[in-house]
Amino acid sequence: MENLAAAEQSVAKLSIEDSIEYLKSNHSQAIKLDDRDGYQGVIVDSDQLLDIARVIRDQLGFDYLSSATAVDYLGEGDHMEMVYHAYRSSGGGALVFKAQTDRDAAEIPSLVSVWRGADFQEREAWDLYGIRFPGHPNLARILMWEGFEGHPMRKDWREAYYEEERKPFDSRWPGGHVHRAEEKNVFGKNVSYPPDIDLNRLMDNSEEAVYSSLGLGVDVERIMDKDGFETNELVVNMGPHHPSTHGVFRMVLTVDGETVTSLEPVMGYLHRNHEKIGERNTYLHNIPFTDRLDYISSMGNNHGYVLAVEQLMSLGRKYNPPTYRCEALRVMMVELSRIVNHLWAIGFWLNDIGAFFTPVLYFIQERERILDFFEAVAGSRMMCNYMRFGGLFGDLPERIKSVSNLTNDRVRDYNTMQFLTEMINERIPRTIDELEILLTQNEILIERSMGVGILSAEDAINFSAAGPLLRGSGVAYDIRRADPYSIYPELDFDVAVEAEGDMYARYRVRVTELRESVRILKQILPRLEATAGESIWADGKPGAYAPRVPHGESYGRVENGKGELGYYIVSAGGRGGSSNPWRYHVRAPSFINLTPLGHMSKGYKVADIVGILGSIDIVLGETDR
Amino acid sequence: MDLNLQELNATEFPVPVELENNIAITSLSQLYNWGRRNSMWPMLFGLACCAIEMIATASSRFDFSRFGFEVMRATPRQADLMIVSGTVTKKMVVPIVRLYNQMPEPKYVLAMGACASGGGPFKEGYNVVSGMDKYLPVDVYVPGCPPTPQALLFGMIALQRKIDGQSIANGDDVPWYGEGPAEPTPVPVLGPDIIDPRQMDMIRRQAEVAASEMELLGQRELPALTQLVAAKVETAQAATAEAGPLDEDALSVVLPTGGTPWAEAEDIREKRRLRALARKALRASRRASQAEGE
Repeated sequence: MENLAAAEQSVAKLSIEDSIEYLKSNHSQAIKLDDRDGYQGVIVDSDQLLDIARVIRDQLGFDYLSSATAVDYLGEGDHMEMVYHAYRSSGGGALVFKAQTDRDAAEIPSLVSVWRGADFQEREAWDLYGIRFPGHPNLARILMWEGFEGHPMRKDWREAYYEEERKPFDSRWPGGHVHRAEEKNVFGKNVSYPPDIDLNRLMDNSEEAVYSSLGLGVDVERIMDKDGFETNELVVNMGPHHPSTHGVFRMVLTVDGETVTSLEPVMGYLHRNHEKIGERNTYLHNIPFTDRLDYISSMGNNHGYVLAVEQLMSLGRKYNPPTYRCEALRVMMVELSRIVNHLWAIGFWLNDIGAFFTPVLYFIQERERILDFFEAVAGSRMMCNYMRFGGLFGDLPERIKSVSNLTNDRVRDYNTMQFLTEMINERIPRTIDELEILLTQNEILIERSMGVGILSAEDAINFSAAGPLLRGSGVAYDIRRADPYSIYPELDFDVAVEAEGDMYARYRVRVTELRESVRILKQILPRLEATAGESIWADGKPGAYAPRVPHGESYGRVENGKGELGYYIVSAGGRGGSSNPWRYHVRAPSFINLTPLGHMSKGYKVADIVGILGSIDIVLGETDR
Repeated sequence: MDLNLQELNATEFPVPVELENNIAITSLSQLYNWGRRNSMWPMLFGLACCAIEMIATASSRFDFSRFGFEVMRATPRQADLMIVSGTVTKKMVVPIVRLYNQMPEPKYVLAMGACASGGGPFKEGYNVVSGMDKYLPVDVYVPGCPPTPQALLFGMIALQRKIDGQSIANGDDVPWYGEGPAEPTPVPVLGPDIIDPRQMDMIRRQAEVAASEMELLGQRELPALTQLVAAKVETAQAATAEAGPLDEDALSVVLPTGGTPWAEAEDIREKRRLRALARKALRASRRASQAEGE
């Protein structure tokens, strides 16, 4: 018996290659290696997917399902594929496994019973790809509305303004005959109707459809008996236009008196088709689009994407890894945007629990300072579009100067390194100190947030929570340490973690991370000084404008302010590499972190709900993409 | 516009000398506009990235309260100005139109950023409304992605200028100064795709044409309605090859009935281009003659 337990222990520590070997030897009938060029992992027979998933989770110890997404291989094998990336919550690389199905009657068993974090991701795959998931508790559309025609991410589905499969479009280049898409559409709008549309049956039933599709089944007429007290259950709608939902997010609550009995997140109000557009774009085109995902910390988004594409490019011959200075600059930008992100998150969370706008105004002041720096370096305050494959848009300028962005009517003109030194050594630490003095021991804040919105460590892992939400539940999982990238291994910092799993713990994690970011930045400054004058490009000149990326798949993930941001990219089609991604998927932390929201909110008061949502810290650009 | 007493009182109506500093003579419209423009309350309503810059504009560094955009109200019933700050999606345009209908008149719409103005980088997206003006009347467009706070302030000041020019006396100027209540904007419906109720007839007509064409061409599967127009030529060619001679009249019905037809739009664009070129040449010649004069 003991031997068996010990054997299981050792299985749970196998390396990725050995894990795959283990699967192959023990389940040979269900597993085959993915031997396509540039691909990794295994293909699982979809009939036995559930069993294999349990083996992967329980025996091999890959307890954290990071990403589950669909790919349509029309013309490249004509099948649909679900791709899963599972990790160990103790750290290490990904075990990639896939399940394939026919395009016409796409059906793959649901993994929600194994990892509840697959819930929204499978709904998304149903919505956008039309893959059915038998066993899913509520397989409804999630980003589009019920009744929408077709599954838009399929390769043969065309949008109303469709022009060509991939950019650059012939109408723009060469020659430049730009036209307004409206003029080519008979309705003058971005719409397209099926020829057999029946207008007589259409009514404005969007409201009803939303409530009925949620399966709440609340009967307002029904009077319940609660301990001899007659009461009604009530459905309360919050959003999409609500000041505390951090954007166009919607929650439908069922309440019993003041207590929330169930909560259903409704999203898609900012679904702007990032992935469909991303597949038409060239690889370089997508960098500015990633800025608009998590628009609070655009530098971090850039970083994840360039890492993913660099992974693919490194398969080819013509690839130079970024220089040391480039890596140091990237880390600096990412850490600065993490500071922006956490200040913003804490500020708006405080808004939600009652400290209305006073703290956030002080935080925005600091944010403006960092944004000034971004503007001087990248040319834009928010949408920096700064990183490139194998390099950066540009090095630091000598001086930070601007006549258009006046602070108190003074033209700003600072030495860049001095500006940075002052900001990192004085201003930001001062703000964090101020924040802690006023808030951390604040009685009202403690009363409002301690013990509210609890998520246990097991649940956090099972729900695929990421970022401060995961670490606030006592799981010390930070990708910068667990699966390191860039120059993080040589930097000295600690992973912030708090055990309680409530709103207050998440707040503490963010404050600690602010301090750790400052600690990292302080180590970056001497590195920048040491590499002054070094090029940010390996061979001294910028990379190719339209690189041809070798065939294969890659998953680049970074620890962004909101959690694990991953990019799953498939390069296929064309000969000897592609100029446009075949599949471009964003594993959005804000989206997946919402999966446990209903679970976390149950049993708390209506007034706590906005606080719980605020403590997850979502941004809708990323949630809905 | 500031109330400058001296300037205001320079009218045909004489003001006694001793009262000159206490009395102002002005038109009702001007007084009304003065009050309105300096107490515009925007709706606290953020859609996407631009909302972040809108918050930055509202916070201490830029502070639009200085210009009378005093507080942001979360309810449409207390708001005068809707700042459409971000990408309008088909799913979201339904609540937006409802919110607009709930705002009391006079009400204004400011399209902030490229997305709200015309779809921006996400224009081709299947869930994206290519510009707020497809559904609501927009007063001011602010370009940028996202616009800087300065640009937003500039747009808001432009709106104030626009209000200065409006008149209560002229009912055609703005709908709310006319007679009777203004019609609410019809709320779009989410069908197979989003449906603007104002285009119902058009969709019906197109559906009929499509049905007859389906018969005519003997095709079993027809492309979606809108693609018929863009692909009209290809369809016709393919059909001729397959189904013999074609009834040109039946096909011509499929041509755009709303908006500018393709060829005409091309003409207009060509004219605009020529005019722009002429203007450019004129400017250049002027500059040259100026340089000579100096």
